[in-house]
Amino acid sequence: MRNKYSIALVLLLALTVTACGGRKGVKEDAAGAAMDEQGVTASGVGDGSGTSGQALGMGGVAGAGDLLSRNKVYFEFDSAAVNADSRAVIEAHAQYLIDNPSVTAVLEGHADERGTREYNLALGERRSKAVADIMSAYGVALGRLQTISYGEERPEELGSDESAWALNRRVIILR
Amino acid sequence: MRKLFVLFLSGWLAMSAAAVARADLEIEITQGVEAGIPIAVVPFEWRGTGAPPQVVSDVIEANLRRSGRFDTIPREDFLSRPHDHSQVQFKEWRLIKAEALVIGRVIRMKLDEYRVDFRLFDVFKGQQIGGFRYTVPGRDLRKLAHQISDIIYHRLTGERGAFDTRIAYVTVENAGSNQRYLLQVADSDGYAPRTILESREPILSPAWSPDGQILAYVSFEKRRSMIYMQRLRDGKRDQVAAYEGVNGAPAWSPDGRSLALALSRDGNPEIYRLDMGSDQLRRLTQHHAIDTEPAWSPDGRHIVFTSDRSGKPQIYRMRADGSGVERLTFEGRYNARASYAADGKRLTLVTNQGRGYQIGVFLIDSKGLLTLTDSTLDESPSFAPNGAMILYATRQAGRGVLSAVSADGRVKQLLKFQKGDVREPAWSPYNRKL
Repeated sequence: MRNKYSIALVLLLALTVTACGGRKGVKEDAAGAAMDEQGVTASGVGDGSGTSGQALGMGGVAGAGDLLSRNKVYFEFDSAAVNADSRAVIEAHAQYLIDNPSVTAVLEGHADERGTREYNLALGERRSKAVADIMSAYGVALGRLQTISYGEERPEELGSDESAWALNRRVIILR
Repeated sequence: MRKLFVLFLSGWLAMSAAAVARADLEIEITQGVEAGIPIAVVPFEWRGTGAPPQVVSDVIEANLRRSGRFDTIPREDFLSRPHDHSQVQFKEWRLIKAEALVIGRVIRMKLDEYRVDFRLFDVFKGQQIGGFRYTVPGRDLRKLAHQISDIIYHRLTGERGAFDTRIAYVTVENAGSNQRYLLQVADSDGYAPRTILESREPILSPAWSPDGQILAYVSFEKRRSMIYMQRLRDGKRDQVAAYEGVNGAPAWSPDGRSLALALSRDGNPEIYRLDMGSDQLRRLTQHHAIDTEPAWSPDGRHIVFTSDRSGKPQIYRMRADGSGVERLTFEGRYNARASYAADGKRLTLVTNQGRGYQIGVFLIDSKGLLTLTDSTLDESPSFAPNGAMILYATRQAGRGVLSAVSADGRVKQLLKFQKGDVREPAWSPYNRKL
């Protein structure tokens, strides 16, 4: 009973966050002149919050095995090489996609803060594509996989040490 | 012979801000030298009621000190405070070893009209070497102070000043769930910031058009990286690149007709050239490695870029049509985000020589690489349009701040904004002249 209540609360919170995100939009103003002359179309940032989507996705795999409950894989510095443990996680998700043909996945690549932002944007994409390649080799059609990169812009862990950097060099598998 | 030029600058200022934010900023000189020209800036006389809207002489003095080319003599050492030519006793200034003297006054003429007189003297020769009178509205006083600083800098160093320029940068407010990204434009000293774009998603890589009228940048507002262009005058905005994959690293050609971009639409990041007149997109690099961060040479003939085709990021150069690719940097394990000085002979870049990510200057002819900074997470360097200073982003107590270093590494200063995490600075080209 209490459990059900907390899930409902979490969902409600997630929806609230999404709704706030939708209202906010992008606001522009000219450097000197009219503040609200320029509107950005509502489709701008109004398509909901990535964070809440992620939380719900994780909740949905309650019955699945250990590997499937992990939706992040990590990388070495300036590298997109996937280790054996991560490969097992990726293949478990690939199997899930094969078993559930209507599901698609977003592979979100990230980098740590070291080095330049644009290079890290490219590096995050290289990591997300490395994960996509493994899934594709496993038998998932590439059309069901969307790769995006946030570079170093969305750190999971704040801080400038190796433990934070290690957590930030990641690909998140979102379904 | 007394020279007095009368200049009226009322309506010309396109960038004057209607709503200028209060200066939540403090500039701290973190490293200086005592090899500059000793100059005395006497606080300008204020003729008006209340406090003046801008303390013009304070802005001038701070500019000159920041440049590293001047030693500003402390005001408490002054033996007198003249405001007029007739009040100047040159021997007093020789006594405190001033080589140059600046005096002036600000007079409120009407409700929002100020007359500013200033004179520059060569103390040794006992001569006036510059003198101007301006009449401006209150909102232009700060810009005027920058222009006066440029005149003084030019008269005394023989080189063009870059005080009357702007910087663009990104401020992140409220880290956490209510995070907001602001693309801002401020005076070259970080004051008078104006927000030109606000978003809940990351903004990066602002790039000035050569005429200083438009900023190209990368925004994640549609949940992935896309390139936009925004005119500063009226905020008019266009989407430039929204291809599949990464859309990043916009860089203007010196003639303002083309943008170099990094796009991964063909599978991995490559450098492209977008002709904005014809909307024609041409791919310049052909390599399975990461190719990104293009920057044009001032003559428009070359483009430098970052590539990890050798295994680690290094700087490469090609002709603007993509031919003749050659590797420029060999020193250090990581060299990236290079951009040219106006002389076309130097690049500033991010370099890692084993001591973290620092700002360097690369001399193209000799292939020499000088490291200018000593912290570990420095990035996004760009030259002032006169090539004398480099603006970059660094960290202080875990927070992003902007810093500037003279191109020879001798003078360093922090621009400490009171709020937010500040990053991705880009120094504008020269502002339009009168």
